[in-house]
Amino acid sequence: MVRKDVPEYPTEPLKCWDEAKALRRKYYEDYLTAKEKGGIRWAGGAWSFSAIPEGLGDDVYCITSEPYGATIAFFKEFAMKCQEATEAAGYARDLCAYMRNYWGSELRDEYILADGRIVKGFPLPDFIWQDHICCSHAKWYQVVREIAKKKHGKDIPMYCIDVSVGPHIPRLHDELTDWRLEYVTKQLLDGIEWLEKVTGRRFDDKRMIDAIYNEMRSTSLWAEICTLNANVPAPLDEKTMYSLYVLGTLMKHKKECVEFYEKLLAEVKDRVRRGIAACKHERCRIITDTQPPWGFLSIFRYLEREYGCVSVGSLYTFGLIGMWEVKEDGTLGPKTVPPKSALKDRETAVRMYAEWMLNKPEWPHFFNPRVKSDLLIKIAKQWKLDGVALHYNRGCEGLSVHITQNRLDLLRAGIPVMVFEGNMGDEREFDMPRTLARFDMFMESLGLSKIKKE
Amino acid sequence: MITAGIDLGARTVKAVIMDGTKILSKAITITGFEQKQSAEEALNNALKTAGISRKDIEYLVATGTGRKVCLEPPISANREVTEVIADAAGAVFVHPATRTVIDVGAEEGRAARVDEKGSVKDFVINERCAAGAGTFVEAMARALEVRVEDMGPLALKSTRSIPMNAQCTVFAESEVVTLIHEQTPKEDIAKAIVDSMAARIGSMVRRVGIEKDVVLIGGVAKNIGFVEALKRELATDIVVPPDPEFVGALGAALIAARKE
Repeated sequence: MVRKDVPEYPTEPLKCWDEAKALRRKYYEDYLTAKEKGGIRWAGGAWSFSAIPEGLGDDVYCITSEPYGATIAFFKEFAMKCQEATEAAGYARDLCAYMRNYWGSELRDEYILADGRIVKGFPLPDFIWQDHICCSHAKWYQVVREIAKKKHGKDIPMYCIDVSVGPHIPRLHDELTDWRLEYVTKQLLDGIEWLEKVTGRRFDDKRMIDAIYNEMRSTSLWAEICTLNANVPAPLDEKTMYSLYVLGTLMKHKKECVEFYEKLLAEVKDRVRRGIAACKHERCRIITDTQPPWGFLSIFRYLEREYGCVSVGSLYTFGLIGMWEVKEDGTLGPKTVPPKSALKDRETAVRMYAEWMLNKPEWPHFFNPRVKSDLLIKIAKQWKLDGVALHYNRGCEGLSVHITQNRLDLLRAGIPVMVFEGNMGDEREFDMPRTLARFDMFMESLGLSKIKKE
Repeated sequence: MITAGIDLGARTVKAVIMDGTKILSKAITITGFEQKQSAEEALNNALKTAGISRKDIEYLVATGTGRKVCLEPPISANREVTEVIADAAGAVFVHPATRTVIDVGAEEGRAARVDEKGSVKDFVINERCAAGAGTFVEAMARALEVRVEDMGPLALKSTRSIPMNAQCTVFAESEVVTLIHEQTPKEDIAKAIVDSMAARIGSMVRRVGIEKDVVLIGGVAKNIGFVEALKRELATDIVVPPDPEFVGALGAALIAARKE
């Protein structure tokens, strides 16, 4: 229930904020300077099985494509140049906006760092390690290869893993069978041999197992952090969470990521204990859905400031990186990390890793809208929501699929829903004043009016 | 208690003055470029008709796309409300059995499901394109070289059904031009236009669900050709209250009485 009064909670900045920013900055710089350090580069999606290339050595650096596309989107002027370059090259405007941003950066032969600095020379990867579940994933890198070949004469080897084996969320929707798991596992094992072949390096199983274990821990830790946002007042708001979950999209397999999330978890627990709020006047709780329009994140601050409405997350923020399980009591909680000793050899570890990844909550909704609806309804109840704001995201057909059905399912469950249309990465398809007007209507329909200013 | 509601829309400004639940006066002006002046003119005209002055209005609420302008002098509204909230309050007041309210204005179409108290249960708005709204009819009337107010009666004369695929004003105009070149009678083209609008608005309304009674408000509700087309599209009766373009301003004036 929304509060008609205007509560006043204590707030304070996150202590580990600067560390999150520094880690992200370093990641972008490391990829750029990999060659100076004698290292190798690979490229792939944020959902790729990133722990596996770690078996090639400690000088292997990656750039994950969706966060890179989102970074470009945040810097609107550069994003526009990238989109124009992609369109000039003949690619359609209705394709994935991250993909178009990424291609544009490669076409312009410019690389943007996390702080917005643009450097000449797009750092091409030595190989591509990708997985495929959304309609664009494999095609994305097919074009990256074509551009590299055309512009630089470089032939980048590519390996793509098909993960479309059906939903796997035990106690909710689970269609994973032994042979489906085997299908993904075998591709990964073949991939290890492929990695050795294309890099000429010897693969170190122990390094890979360490990385898999790191990834299991970091992704479970992020889920645990998100569960704390079910508290009232919420200790985190979604706009802040974007700057924190991004580490999981970039380096979920790294020790630094585990250590950061452990630190963050302790801090968020402390905030809950002391009643520290993300939004000073929290009186309404919502979640959003899919990627936000990255160039217009001030929407979140508008809602907090004007209405005391805090977005406590989304299936996207929770589940893009967080690994969850439905607990015995039916609630969502962090997926239980197996003991490290269980990852005893290459085959066992890769099989367990495949099962872990197939559990990703952002994947099952590609198969069946009901899975996502059930997850959204669970979140709405557990996180004590007053409403849901769904983003018809023209920039991502993959995550926007089924949204209209999700809307109906939420409404049938008695949860108020609003929709807004936009694009995560192409500002030409987003109308800020009209979107704010739409949020105003939603807030008023929930019974809220603007907080009167002193 | 004397209250007022101002609905500053994309095409026109509407002002309604009430004493309790009694409507004292209404006024409408073209919005134009000078929104403040237009709003002031509408309010002054309504005040003149009611025979009162600005200081007699205890509470004034603004709505419509330009409502923020009304928070500043000379209007100095006490507060603003969004269009769906004002529409819901106004529609339930003029027709208490309203459960679905459809508002088609100059640049926006919107629909809301409401309860008996006039509270909004769900709403939907058309996206950025104004196709299917009043501006679309104006553009098509220009293409047909008829007055905009004649479009509705003209459409009613037609017994043919010509599908117009285009949902975009620019492409629709191109289709209209093609039909003109094919010597298609104007009434048939006019019907094709209102049918295509009804299809677009109908598709939007279905997203919130159709619950009777369905009330149509906004300037486009005065287009009888469109009203008939929408009835066919939704396969339901549609109530059009008197002065449908004033219902948003009326709702704002009713909300003003709550002095929230």
